[in-house]
Amino acid sequence: MNFSMIVYILGWILNFEALFMIIPLAAAIIFGDNTILSILLTMGICAAIGLPITRKKPKESTLHSRDGYVIVSLSWIILSAFGALPFVFSGAIPNYIDALFETVSGFTTTGASILSDVEAVPKSLLIWRSFTHWIGGMGVLVFIMAFLPLSGGQNMHIMKAESPGPSVSKLVPRIKTTALLLYAIYFVLSLIEFILLLFGGMTVFDALNTTFATAGTGGFSVKNNGLASYSETVRAIVTVFMILFSLNFNIYFLIFSKKFKDAFKMSEIWYYLTIIAAATGIITVNINGMFPSTKEAFGNAIFTVSSIISSTGFTAVDFNLWPEIFRTILVLLMFIGACAGSTGGGIKVYRIVILFKSMGKELQTLIHPKQVKKIRIDSHEIEHEVIRSVNVFMVCFILVFVISLLCISFEDYDMVTNFTAVATTINNIGPGLELVGPTSNFAFFSPSSKLVLIFDMLAGRLELFPMLLLFSPVTWKK
Amino acid sequence: MNIIIVGCGKVGGEIAEHLNDEGDNITVIDIDAAKVNTLTARLDVLGVTGNGATHLVQQEAGIRKADLLIAVTGSDELNLLCCLIAKKEGNCQTIARVRDPQYSSEAPYLKEELGLAMVINPEFAAAAEIARVLRFPSAIKIDTFAKGKIDLMKFRLPEKCVLTGCSVKEIMSKLNCDVLVCTVERGDNAYIPNGDFVFEEKDIISIIASPANANAFFRKIDYKINQVKDCIIAGGGEIAYYLCKILKKTGISLKLIEKDPKRCEELCTALPDVTVICGDAADQQTLLEEGLVNANSFAALTNFDEENVMLSLFAKTKGCKKLITKINRIDFFDVIKQLDLDSIIYPKNITSELIVSHVRAMKNTIGSNVQTVYSIIKGKAEAAEFIIRDSSPVLGKPLMELRFKPNVLVAVILRGNRVIIPRGSDVIEKNDSVIVVSDIRPHDISDILE
Repeated sequence: MNFSMIVYILGWILNFEALFMIIPLAAAIIFGDNTILSILLTMGICAAIGLPITRKKPKESTLHSRDGYVIVSLSWIILSAFGALPFVFSGAIPNYIDALFETVSGFTTTGASILSDVEAVPKSLLIWRSFTHWIGGMGVLVFIMAFLPLSGGQNMHIMKAESPGPSVSKLVPRIKTTALLLYAIYFVLSLIEFILLLFGGMTVFDALNTTFATAGTGGFSVKNNGLASYSETVRAIVTVFMILFSLNFNIYFLIFSKKFKDAFKMSEIWYYLTIIAAATGIITVNINGMFPSTKEAFGNAIFTVSSIISSTGFTAVDFNLWPEIFRTILVLLMFIGACAGSTGGGIKVYRIVILFKSMGKELQTLIHPKQVKKIRIDSHEIEHEVIRSVNVFMVCFILVFVISLLCISFEDYDMVTNFTAVATTINNIGPGLELVGPTSNFAFFSPSSKLVLIFDMLAGRLELFPMLLLFSPVTWKK
Repeated sequence: MNIIIVGCGKVGGEIAEHLNDEGDNITVIDIDAAKVNTLTARLDVLGVTGNGATHLVQQEAGIRKADLLIAVTGSDELNLLCCLIAKKEGNCQTIARVRDPQYSSEAPYLKEELGLAMVINPEFAAAAEIARVLRFPSAIKIDTFAKGKIDLMKFRLPEKCVLTGCSVKEIMSKLNCDVLVCTVERGDNAYIPNGDFVFEEKDIISIIASPANANAFFRKIDYKINQVKDCIIAGGGEIAYYLCKILKKTGISLKLIEKDPKRCEELCTALPDVTVICGDAADQQTLLEEGLVNANSFAALTNFDEENVMLSLFAKTKGCKKLITKINRIDFFDVIKQLDLDSIIYPKNITSELIVSHVRAMKNTIGSNVQTVYSIIKGKAEAAEFIIRDSSPVLGKPLMELRFKPNVLVAVILRGNRVIIPRGSDVIEKNDSVIVVSDIRPHDISDILE
């Protein structure tokens, strides 16, 4: 294991974190918040540790697969650990565990909060909270790779470990160019949303926060009642962009390089849109009576469905009060999640498709034991390797889920609360049901349960393996 | 440049590694997913799994935006097909590895009719390298260019040399020997000499000549090149065959040991000047009988790496001075280096180096009509290669009637497989490749005329 290189990259993480905090600092100066000192202090700490480490690049820069996983998981932990400091220093969230929960929830684009009164938090910290969504959505290491000269193909290990989806494909031959392209797409989409939201009647501050939260499919809102107080136009814009950001980013690259046919043929996106349409359809028909018009019912249904399946977790209505069948549908949607290669969370449609297809294949081989059959998606054969890793992912997912559920069940809350609390954190959604429903928050959990949920959020965002490997003795053996 | 490499074997991997380091965007194609994955995990390149000779796979690899496709799979036919399809689909430059002598002797036709930029034969390239080692063990620096066809020999004129005070055009009359002087370095200055240029002591000169002429030249100016006198070659494969062809008329007496009687017959017919011995080269008695103890040099070129290493070690114990060992597998490079085996020839390395240097030469030419540009003296003299098409001003006139700019020299004319070192009476024909040495960077062949 190449420790000097791991430390070197972690040093850069801290440098970049100090850099990222320029945004809340600027906000603090503009809004005249009393948080300037706390933010400056955090920036100082990050830079004081990061700069000396990164002064000299280690001679041996080869990274192996295990280094990649360790770098990714440690980066996210360090990023969150230091990112939580401004909340503590400024006294907005005095308890460090709570602050950490909030920050992890931000970086992992979960959007689950422990704050009961969001509007009381200084605006600069709200900006920071939302900005963590934006950085976490596309990935902080992808960001670093776009701007840092870390030459060599070994960086692919890092990208593989951080990017959502079972198999990472580069868009262009060079990682650096790929990372830049991804961020360029991300930035342009965000900019479009920001401008549209301004036209939709939002203030600059609200529009900026909402854009950050949608782009990263995060879900932090700056209002206590979520997006409920905004106009229908705003909610429509947010709905569209929640879906856009949860599509596989390859489609934008294909459109950008004028391969419209290929873009149109990406079956994962069709599956995804079909699921959204079906869920919206069922819910609209059944909640029709609860709203004055079908249009409003449809608007709320599609908003909630996209918010959940894209793993954003914005709320406009309290779906906790909806009939049981819809609550169940929403929980199922949580698990399906967004497309691979997007900023969203969950198991990912791509994996679900592979799982269903390999189930079909297994069933068929029961009838025709000697049949040779391959699984295909987009007329591409899926390698056995990928199918196996999807299966293992599923097993790990269930294990982590069950163990986490067990851990937080020591506190005497009801099953639905516990179940959806774990589901919503591991899938990076935000709100759950009952006590953790859209109108409540996670503050009531004990610190130990919060730590479990923090682990779930990180594990979910990094697709389990990096976090599991970090705590596995095999990784640290020579 | 955007480059697609078909075939992720050793050669493909080496080329990808070098070009990737030089900042090119590389996409690799191989039918074996495992090979693609290993390579993409090691290098910052894009991998595509599939048959590189299908246009769909090439499209997926981005052939339309590619500047160059290099086909280095194990199969000649597949390589040629890849290049053909790339030409149709993406209209890019193409390079193919073609090792079957039957095809590689067709190289000029392939290049002309199928539009290949370069056809490389690894066995021939290896043989040329071995020949170089045998002929010039001493202070002569050899630059190879034009895809390994031309050796530029660079050396310092010795003190009290016949050439001192002699002008370039007098070489022919005084020494009666046909060599072309390309560049002269004197102190910090570099010259591209015309006929009236007079040599001085300690000039560093570079010449182009055929092997036989070069030997005669060095003998006449009394420059010791320490060429070996004889060579025992173990194994009669393609490399041995090409090696004998190249060393013909250089005065090196060759002895070839081959096991297979039928192959011996073939070799004997093809190489009348070579002593062909039918016997097992791995048999120590045979080697001793054939005079290994007194031999100047020994080349182990059998198909088995282990056997080659052992043979060379044996020859070393018998006091053979110059050893050449051919190794196919690159993997144990470091181990073999420690054995102190003198010259080791890796055909795969040589192939990839040739291709990389050709790609470099291509890169120098972006935006001009030049095929390749090689640097001869850094920043002061370059060799540029042009293909002569219809209506070129240099066409059809003897060179002496053309008015060239100062410091311009037509160094070589490549006509099909022939390498012509031109004289004033030579005429450039259509479809010739012409290599011009100059200190200007010509963008078109017409730039070299007044």
